[in-house]
Amino acid sequence: MKNITQKTMQKIIAGVLLVVAGAVFADSMVSTLRTDTPLNEEQKAPKIMPFEDTDKKLKRNYPEQPPVIPHDTEGYRIDLNANKCLSCHARSRTEDSGAPMVSITHFMDREGQFLATISPRRYFCTQCHVSQREVKPLVDNDFVDIDELLHGAQSMEHKSN
Amino acid sequence: MFTKIKQYWRVVRSPSGYFSLGFLTLGGFLAGVMFWGGFNTALEATNTEEFCTSCHEMRNNVFEELKQTVHYTNASGVRATCPDCHVPHKWTDKIARKMQASKEVWGKIFGTISTREKFLDKRLTLAQHEWHRLKANNSLECRNCHSPDSMDITQQSPRAAEAHETFLIPGRKTCIDCHKGIAHELPDMSTVPEWN
Repeated sequence: MKNITQKTMQKIIAGVLLVVAGAVFADSMVSTLRTDTPLNEEQKAPKIMPFEDTDKKLKRNYPEQPPVIPHDTEGYRIDLNANKCLSCHARSRTEDSGAPMVSITHFMDREGQFLATISPRRYFCTQCHVSQREVKPLVDNDFVDIDELLHGAQSMEHKSN
Repeated sequence: MFTKIKQYWRVVRSPSGYFSLGFLTLGGFLAGVMFWGGFNTALEATNTEEFCTSCHEMRNNVFEELKQTVHYTNASGVRATCPDCHVPHKWTDKIARKMQASKEVWGKIFGTISTREKFLDKRLTLAQHEWHRLKANNSLECRNCHSPDSMDITQQSPRAAEAHETFLIPGRKTCIDCHKGIAHELPDMSTVPEWN
């Protein structure tokens, strides 16, 4: 008999806790992409911007960053049959196209062995390289570039001296 | 019975002996109009998207793929239908192409590409037919809409402008040389120069 009352007690406590927790968290904002649109309403979709097509090389934000694509790639096929990117960026095509050659690091397999052509693991270009659109980031980003970081540290030193 | 056939035969052999010149001329003219009109109407009926997509081979493969591309949906709402790119507009060329297309009727009857797998196996050959045709006629069907004379290079992206200035305008290349796979998916390109 004692056992049963203990279990009921546990259930009651759990229930009370749930209700209290619900009341506490109801007002606090959980960060979602819906922002503050109520669940029963449909959020207005942001406008889809066109791809930037300037053909101007963009600075890398950190040395290891895969360079972004400074042109439109709408409808470019990258599949088992064909790779549209390589029809300009492959080594043999760069003379005609004037496009930068795919980096030599992409010829390396995972054992560090250089192959004659693009390594299969680097075949799907858009896994790392992407075209750009002028949009508001969905999530804030406070990334600081290494130069700025060093510069900031230096100026801090200057201040303390 | 036999005498009746003989009678008809006499009229058909020498109609001018039985009918007036006016009747024969006018009748011939009207029959000509009807024949020619009927022929051209039938020809044009086979030159529509509805006709092409009435076969599942076209509807489920190439037409589905076209729907994803800029030649089906775009900002200006001008679109290309199947015959715009695949049938020449000039009458003599059109008839020549239509005669070639009798091979496609054969293919339909014997189910040459009746399944997706058969179609994919044959895709490179079929694509090469179209590439060769467009290469040979200097991308005539592209130029029905896209003329280099009317292209405002300054409004193109820098990349497109440079490519068109270097290759298209001096005539070093024709549209299809660079713009393959813009309206349908591509076959295995490993044997195609400039792609492998």
